[in-house]
Amino acid sequence: MLEIRNLAKSFGGVKATNDVSLDFPDGSLTAVIGPNGAGKSTFFNLITGALSPDSGQVLLDGIDLAGRSPPEIVRHGIGRAFQVASIFKSLTVQETMLAAVSADQRSSAVLHKRFPLPETRDRAEHVMELLGLASKRHRTAATLSHGDQKLLDIALALVLKPKVLLLDEPTAGMGPEERWRMIDKVRELWETQKITVVFIEHDMDIVFKIAPKIVVLCYGRILAAGTPDEIRNNSAVIDAYLGTEHAGAAA
Amino acid sequence: MTELEAGRAQTLVPVRSGAVLQRYRDVLIALIAFAVLASLPLFTGSKALLDFVIRCSAYGLFATSLNLLVGYTGLTSFGHGMFFGLGAYSFGLIMQKLGVPIPVAFVATLAITAVFATIIGAICVRLKEIYFAFVTLAFQMLIHSTILSWASFTGGDQGLRGGIPRPVFLGIDLSNHVHLYVTSCALLILGLLAMRQIAQSPFGYTLRMIRDNAARASFLGIDVWRAKLTVFVLAALFASMGGMVMALFVSGAYPEFAYWTISGEGIFINMLGGVSTFLGPMVGTVLLLLLNDTVTRFTEYHGIVLGVVILFFALGLRKGLLDFVAEWFSHRHDAGKGR
Repeated sequence: MLEIRNLAKSFGGVKATNDVSLDFPDGSLTAVIGPNGAGKSTFFNLITGALSPDSGQVLLDGIDLAGRSPPEIVRHGIGRAFQVASIFKSLTVQETMLAAVSADQRSSAVLHKRFPLPETRDRAEHVMELLGLASKRHRTAATLSHGDQKLLDIALALVLKPKVLLLDEPTAGMGPEERWRMIDKVRELWETQKITVVFIEHDMDIVFKIAPKIVVLCYGRILAAGTPDEIRNNSAVIDAYLGTEHAGAAA
Repeated sequence: MTELEAGRAQTLVPVRSGAVLQRYRDVLIALIAFAVLASLPLFTGSKALLDFVIRCSAYGLFATSLNLLVGYTGLTSFGHGMFFGLGAYSFGLIMQKLGVPIPVAFVATLAITAVFATIIGAICVRLKEIYFAFVTLAFQMLIHSTILSWASFTGGDQGLRGGIPRPVFLGIDLSNHVHLYVTSCALLILGLLAMRQIAQSPFGYTLRMIRDNAARASFLGIDVWRAKLTVFVLAALFASMGGMVMALFVSGAYPEFAYWTISGEGIFINMLGGVSTFLGPMVGTVLLLLLNDTVTRFTEYHGIVLGVVILFFALGLRKGLLDFVAEWFSHRHDAGKGR
């Protein structure tokens, strides 16, 4: 279980994450929503070690990971994908996967053998199949479509066999149809892989349709957390976010 | 020419199964290349040609090691020449002052280089792009001015004079021109083979990941700093090897070996030959030395000619020669498949 305890981070005078406490039980699927600048990405950055929190704890199965480096946190089982696909543009899909498995098996510093190591094959193959990238294995990452690059980014996180998978806007920059295909994929992964998934999403239709639990962030604080029905009827959320979404966008 | 063709083949074969086969193929190519080079003295009595190959060995080792940093890891070092100079001076000094057998001096020099590279690298590899370039350059200047000012030890601006003693070991007499030539070729081929292994190892792919996206690599659990430091030290060792070949060749060491222009020439060679293929720097080395030798024969303004050539490669081709050739072939290959 991933437990966040009183997590806080300020940039100058701005409290980007302000006393956030949340539980993500094993195997849960949670959506994080909130207006622009609500601190969603900062929240992810604090959990994964990209930023160091000012105070608070990030407990994964009871071990506090707050303030540790990204490589350490990854090794404890928190994987992430990025809002803008973060991939290795000159490597092929297959090389990317094999190299990531090498990193996870702590053989990324091996000098005396040839890449790829035989023991990395199965896992790389499995995840490529899972995300439908197997047919594009010899394509260089830079030449993939936007959607496939996002899938490759997720594949990179998934191939490390994380306990918790954090997806920062998996559907960012996609057309309506592509969005649904991506989110179906996310849901399918969650169901088949039995991992804890937390994702940031802007499309309310998607969020209310697939997420059993929703967390609403606003100005770095938790505005509300609960089931889609609870969130939909929460007056604070309607005031701050849902009801005035268009007014907010205009301003 | 065999090297050129080998480079082409390596870029075209997709990294698929048969990683082991690839290694055998590399060893085979290396053996053939060595056999061709080593048998050269049987066909020609030209001392100039053999000298040319020895210089290519020294510079080739140096330039290819720089490509491990620039091309594979994305670390553009402007001070890599310091390890070339360090290798030449350490080796020369050990031979002059201690009179140990050559292999002992060779290994000791590598050890000294490793210590220096670890300390300098630990400071530098944390820095980002331009800062890394400048701080490595600063260390290069530091070593160069140390050599100049510590005249009682290094000979100052006169360099290490009086020749480097070259006692016979294992029946190899490096004061014999042909022996020196074959040994240089052997060091070049062994060095290239070792660097090729590094480039194609799991660590080599870690380097490529760091070059493409270091932040993402760290989110895969890779210790980026440690990987960069490791490759910095490894590259320094091969540069030092190049410096030793040079010291043996001229039987001495001069402050110019540690001057920043050596680093500049290394970058120049990489731009000429290309950084996206393993043998690019080797091709660049041959090109630069050929240019140097022919142009200086015709004009004293050879700097202008070299400048024009590099502008042609940088602005015209926008890549090194071997990169260009490899790309052209893969285009043709793709077009062939499309039909």
